[in-house]
Amino acid sequence: MKAIDVRNLVKRFGDKTVVDNVTLSVEEGEISGFLGPNGSGKTTTIRVMCGLLTPDAGEGSVLGYDLHADQLKIKRQVGYMTQKFSFYTDLTIEENLYFVARLYGLSPARTYVRDTLDKLGLTSRRHQLAGLLSGGWKQRLALAACIMHKPKLLLLDEPTAGVDPKARREFWDEIHDLAAGGMTVMVSTHYMDEAERCHRINYIAYGKLLTSGTVDEVVAQAGLHTFILSGKGAQSASRMLQAENGVDQIAPFGNSLHVVGKNKALLETAVNKASHQFDVRCEPGQTTLEDVFIQYMSGSTDNMAEPELEGK
Amino acid sequence: MNHLFSFSRLFALLAKEMTQMMRDRITFGMMIGIPLVQLALFGFAINTDPKQLPAALVTTSQDQFTRAIVSALEVTNYYRFDYVGISAKDADELMLEGKVSFIVTIPADLSKRVLRGDEPQILIEADASDPSASSGAVSTLSTVAKQALTRALGTQSQQDSQLDIVVHRRYNPEGISQYNIVPGLLGVILQLVMVMMTAMALTREVERGTMENLLAMPATPFEIMLGKILPYLGVGAVQVIVILVAAKMVFHVPFVGSLALLISGILVFISSLVLIGYFISTVAGSQMQAMQMSFFFFLPSLMLSGFMFPFKGMPYWAQMIGEIFPLTHFLRLVRGVMLKGADLEAMRSPMLALMGFTIILVILSLARFRKTLD
Ligand SMILES: Nc1ncnc2c1ncn2[C@@H]1O[C@H](COP(=O)(O)OP(=O)(O)OP(=O)(O)O)[C@@H](O)[C@H]1O
Ligand SMILES: [Mg+2]
Repeated sequence: MKAIDVRNLVKRFGDKTVVDNVTLSVEEGEISGFLGPNGSGKTTTIRVMCGLLTPDAGEGSVLGYDLHADQLKIKRQVGYMTQKFSFYTDLTIEENLYFVARLYGLSPARTYVRDTLDKLGLTSRRHQLAGLLSGGWKQRLALAACIMHKPKLLLLDEPTAGVDPKARREFWDEIHDLAAGGMTVMVSTHYMDEAERCHRINYIAYGKLLTSGTVDEVVAQAGLHTFILSGKGAQSASRMLQAENGVDQIAPFGNSLHVVGKNKALLETAVNKASHQFDVRCEPGQTTLEDVFIQYMSGSTDNMAEPELEGK
Repeated sequence: MNHLFSFSRLFALLAKEMTQMMRDRITFGMMIGIPLVQLALFGFAINTDPKQLPAALVTTSQDQFTRAIVSALEVTNYYRFDYVGISAKDADELMLEGKVSFIVTIPADLSKRVLRGDEPQILIEADASDPSASSGAVSTLSTVAKQALTRALGTQSQQDSQLDIVVHRRYNPEGISQYNIVPGLLGVILQLVMVMMTAMALTREVERGTMENLLAMPATPFEIMLGKILPYLGVGAVQVIVILVAAKMVFHVPFVGSLALLISGILVFISSLVLIGYFISTVAGSQMQAMQMSFFFFLPSLMLSGFMFPFKGMPYWAQMIGEIFPLTHFLRLVRGVMLKGADLEAMRSPMLALMGFTIILVILSLARFRKTLD
C-alpha cells in the first residue's frame, strides 16, 4: 500500500488554480521531498492531503483512507507540522503538549508529555510560554508535538526554516530515524542539501508537478550539462558568456563559475571560446540539483503573474 | 473511541480555553469590571416620557361620564385603550405579562354617584416596574379626568365635580428607576460581554493560525464549538452572580419572583448569546471584524429592546424590530420575575421566544461549521 496516492488534484482559489492536476504518490517508509518556488502550491497540496482543504477535483487515498470520505480517520494518523508556528503562544510548552496529548487521546498524557519534554531537553523550561521560544526551538517543539501520537504519515511544511545547521542536522537525523521505524515522511523545503537527504523528491512549480524521482533521476531527466570555469578571468568570462548562445545559467561559486546549458554542443563552443579569450581553466562538472531547479523556475511561469505575462 | 464525540477531546479543548482565558488578565478583568462599571453608570436612570401606552379599561358602565373620562385620557396621548370592558382578573393577567402598562377601573355606578353629588372613585393602576414609562402618564391623569368630568357635567349642573382618583403603583410603589434599570443591565451586560468574547475567541484561532493546527488534529467541529462555548457560559455565570449580588446589596432591588425560573431564563438567554458570538466568528475574518459585528448587533438591540426606552413607548415598527432581539424577551422575563414575581405561566411567551432563538442559532451554527480552512 502506498502512504500517499493522489491523482489529478485540483485546488482553485477564486479563478486562480493553485494546485493544477497534481498526481503524486509516496511509498510507505519513504522520505519524500517537496520542492518548488514560493507560491507554487506546496502548502496548499499538503493541506489538501491532510483534509484541511477540499480539493475541487481529483481523488486518491492517504494511508489507505479515501481523501473525501475519511478525513477524520486520516487526521488521526497523520502528523502535520504547519509552515507557520501554530501552537498556542499564550500557553506554556507543557500546556501545549498536554493539549495535543489529550486531543489525540494519548493516555496517560503525563507520561507522553514528560517523555517528549525529556527528549527535547525542555524539561527545565516547561513552564515557559511557547511564544517566548526562539524560532528554532519553536520548530523543534512543533515537530515533537506532531510526532507524539506516533503518526503513520508525517507531513512537514518547511520544518527547518530559520533553524541553525546543527539543529537542522539533528532534525534530519530524527526524520531518518522515524522513517527507519516505518513512518512515511513528506517534507517541503527550499534547501538543496535537504532535498538530497530525501529518498525521492517532487518538484512543483506554479501548481504543476514538473518532475519526481530520486535526486539522480531528477538531475538526469533534466538533461543539463555543466562546465566549471576557474581562474583569474572568471569574472570577465562571465560577462562574455551571458551573451553566448547555449548558455542558460551562469552561477558564481566562490572563485569558480558554473556554466549550465541544455545543448551540449553549443555550450562547449561557448566555454571553449571563453577559455581562449580569458585566463580561465575549464573542465566538465557535475550538474547539481540547484541547477536543475533554477532551470525549471526560469522555464515556467509565475502563478501570481498577470495573464499577459504568462505567455512569455 | 467514539469518532464523532469524545469527552477526553472536549476536556482537552476546555482546559486549553480556560488556561488561555485566565492568562489573559485584561479579558479576565473585563469579565468582572464591565458589569461593575456599567452598573455604576447606568444605575442613574435615564428618564423618558413615552406616549401611547397600552391600557386596559375595567368597567361595565357605558354612560357619558365614563366615555368622557376615557376619551379625555386618550386625548392626552399617554393612554391607548387596547382592552376595554374586560374583567379585573383578566386585566391583572395582562399587566403581569407586560401587555398593558395601566389598568383604569371605573365603577359601574359612576353616573349615578356623580349626579347624586357623591365623590366617586376611579382606580388607576400603573405598572411602575418601569417608572420612566408610567410617571408622565400618572402625573397628568388626575387633572385631565377631573376636567373631563366637569365638562361633561357642565351642561347639566353648576356644581363642582368631585372625583377621587386613586393611583396604585404596582410592583414598584415608590417609582424607583434603579429597580427597572438594574435587572435590565443584567441582560445588557451579558449580551455585551458574551457575544463579543465568544466571537473573538474563535476568530483569534483563525487569525493566529492555530486553527490550521486545531483542524489538522482529530477534534471534530462539534467538539471545537462546545469547547469554545462552554467556558463562556461559565463566564456568564460569574457575571450573573456579580450583578445579582450588586442588585441586592447596592441597589436594594427587590426580588419577589422565583430564583429557579430566573436562572433557567438566564441559561437559555446566555446560550443564545454565546451562539450568536459563535456564529459571528464563523463569518468574521479577523478579531477586528468580529468586534465590529458584535457592536453592529449590540447597539440596535440596546436601543430597541426596551432597555433604553420603554418598549411600549416606541413606534410600532421599532417594536417589531425589537422583537427579533433575544434581549427584548429577556428583559421582559427578568423584570417580570424579579419585580413582579411572575411565574412560568405568565412568562411563557418570553421563555418560548428565547428558546426559539437558541434553537435557530444552534441550527445556523451547525450549518456554518468549519471543517476545513476554505
Ligand atoms: N486561502 C487562500 N486564498 C487565496 N489564495 C491562496 C490561499 N492560500 C494560498 N493561496 C495562494 O495560492 C498560491 C500557493 O500558495 P502556497 O502557500 O501553497 O505556496 P507554497 O508553495 O507553500 O509557497 P511558500 O514556499 O512560499 O510557502 C499562492 O499564490 C497563494 O497566494
Ligand atoms: Mg508554503
